[in-house]
Amino acid sequence: MRFMLKLLAGVAATAFAAATPVSAQQMSDGVVKIGVLNDQSGLYADLAGPGSVWAARKAVADFNPKFKVEVVAADHQNKPDVGASIARQWFDVDKVDMIVDLPTSSVALAVNQIGKEKNKVVMVSTGATADLTGKACTPNTVHWTYDTWALANGTGKAIVQTGGKNWFFITADYAFGHALERDTEAVVNANGGKVLGKVRTPFPGTTDFSSFLLQAQASKAQIIGLANAGGDTINSIKQAAEFGIVKGGQNLAGLLVFLTDIHALGLQTAQGLIMTEAWYWDTTDSTRAFAKEFAAAHKGNHPTMGQAGVYSAVTHYLRAVDALKSDADGAKVVAKMKELPSDDKLFGKGQVRADGRHIHPMYLFEVKKPSESKGPWDYYKVRATIPANEAFRPLKDGDCPLVKN
Amino acid sequence: MFTILGISSQALFGQLLIGLINGAFYAMLSLGLALIFGLLNIINFTHGAQYMMGAFAAWLMLSYAGVGYWWALLLAPIVVGITGIVIERLFLRQLYKLDHLYGLLLTFGMALMLEGVFRQLYGVSGLPYQIPQELTGAYNLWFMFLPKYRAWVVAISLLVCIAVWLLIEKTKLGSYLRAATENPSLARAFGINVPLMITLTYGFGVALAAFAGVLAAPIYQVSPIMGSNLIIIVFAVVVIGGMGSILGSIITGFALGLVEGLTKVFYPEASSTVIFIIMAIVLLIKPAGLFGRRA
Repeated sequence: MRFMLKLLAGVAATAFAAATPVSAQQMSDGVVKIGVLNDQSGLYADLAGPGSVWAARKAVADFNPKFKVEVVAADHQNKPDVGASIARQWFDVDKVDMIVDLPTSSVALAVNQIGKEKNKVVMVSTGATADLTGKACTPNTVHWTYDTWALANGTGKAIVQTGGKNWFFITADYAFGHALERDTEAVVNANGGKVLGKVRTPFPGTTDFSSFLLQAQASKAQIIGLANAGGDTINSIKQAAEFGIVKGGQNLAGLLVFLTDIHALGLQTAQGLIMTEAWYWDTTDSTRAFAKEFAAAHKGNHPTMGQAGVYSAVTHYLRAVDALKSDADGAKVVAKMKELPSDDKLFGKGQVRADGRHIHPMYLFEVKKPSESKGPWDYYKVRATIPANEAFRPLKDGDCPLVKN
Repeated sequence: MFTILGISSQALFGQLLIGLINGAFYAMLSLGLALIFGLLNIINFTHGAQYMMGAFAAWLMLSYAGVGYWWALLLAPIVVGITGIVIERLFLRQLYKLDHLYGLLLTFGMALMLEGVFRQLYGVSGLPYQIPQELTGAYNLWFMFLPKYRAWVVAISLLVCIAVWLLIEKTKLGSYLRAATENPSLARAFGINVPLMITLTYGFGVALAAFAGVLAAPIYQVSPIMGSNLIIIVFAVVVIGGMGSILGSIITGFALGLVEGLTKVFYPEASSTVIFIIMAIVLLIKPAGLFGRRA
């Protein structure tokens, strides 16, 4: 079924082609081919999935390029081996020039290496590990929307500074969870807090978190940091309420929370949660217009920051290809992206740093009380804006080989 | 208070109880599977999807008809059980004379299709289902804080498991069922309507899965993938207990819940693997499973 879905998605996606091929001869094989690689059916499908494919297509349509662009999509099932084999197939056989989205850090890290090996472009939107612009950085990868360092810095710092000193981590046992836990622990320690304990939960496949929550409860930590995402976060928060964790005086810190998670939990359960995100639909007129169109195509669901990030990343990629008049050399395209400032209707002005990190402001949000919400999907209020130059890990601290040279 | 390997007795008892709660789900699901395999010789891979449908039936009844939890607990298994009977009449019936593999493929395919349909309609993040008013809150045991709802789950599943076992081992209907399992043609010669028994057994097994689904709805999100998360483990439970053994599947279900619970304390990283390690060991030593009759 998943394989079938993948096939179907791929077939459906190839149907899209935009604009007149004026300068097609300069593009490799006459077409710029963008592959959206993410979880189309599992626990991350709502926060990225088909919505990201829609966002990529929308970006192409809005950019209205003078060259031919095609968008294809596939399901990596959150498995690095599956993701890697699709990436190789895409680069080698299907002539895909750029892969975008890549939730699930373990898959993102695998594709990151393949992109470098084949000299193509990799643009990570929903993948989180900050290692992509740290020790694993390559001249072919751009990390767009957020990363574990930025999440830890936003949420972790805010909580420690308002008195949440003692932490316990519930961590998804793979690259993403480890990176998020590591980066948050560093922030907690740097701000005078302390980590009392941690537990690693198998990924994917854990649905009952009560055992881990009890361990967190027994640790007597003030803050239980959830270094997980999507369905894992939803189940953790829900079951924490069931076991009276919050009533007992401990607080939860969702370190990576998406709008769709809040929607699934409902405001009654999620109210008061603090989290860091890169983007929220109800910010400007153009983000609201984008959300309205997105919702119309997705049964009323509103876009997450990951999906908006895909739109923004694809837009910047097309701008770089347009400026170069070529998509053939991946590293050159990425270099061009670093040279040009980014600017689009969703993320506004930004810049891609030497290590491949796209920088822009991040926001500390608080989930509204049911009484404060004016209707469906009206969920966040802004607690603080973290300016672009403070939101991400300083260039010198990342150990990215590209920066040392 | 005492400690074992650095874990306080208090924490340990809490974890054992949690293990028992998860075990209750394993037991109820594997019980249905064992029943179906015993009589139909079908390895029902649709079981996880039917568990999911039970949860969705409860959610749909509440959202669209205002039917609350208690009625859903009764009605959802009936509704989903009837869909099971339809499936048996239309499809499974054609496969009894063929190899096991065909039944497995058919039910597996149907599970994927059902999940696909619900995923298409409702997404994967899941839908919230509140704990019924009467069961909110918790008991403060000396060693842990036990939500009333979880206590209810353990109690009702134990009750259901014991009732089913008694039904099969101690009643006349149960003896017919066992006779039909043992030797269908002889049972038929004695005037037992074997095809009807088969249909009803499948419906009942499916209803058990749906019942577990309703019980699970307030604990987990009501989500299309909730069944596929569980089904593989439940199959391991059935294999360890012995294919087709009713008592075996109940005891193994609860026991493996406990083992998994303990693993979550001492080495959480292995908690998703431990059941399969046990399965491999059991298969090496007793290929028919712990309670299996035939080798």
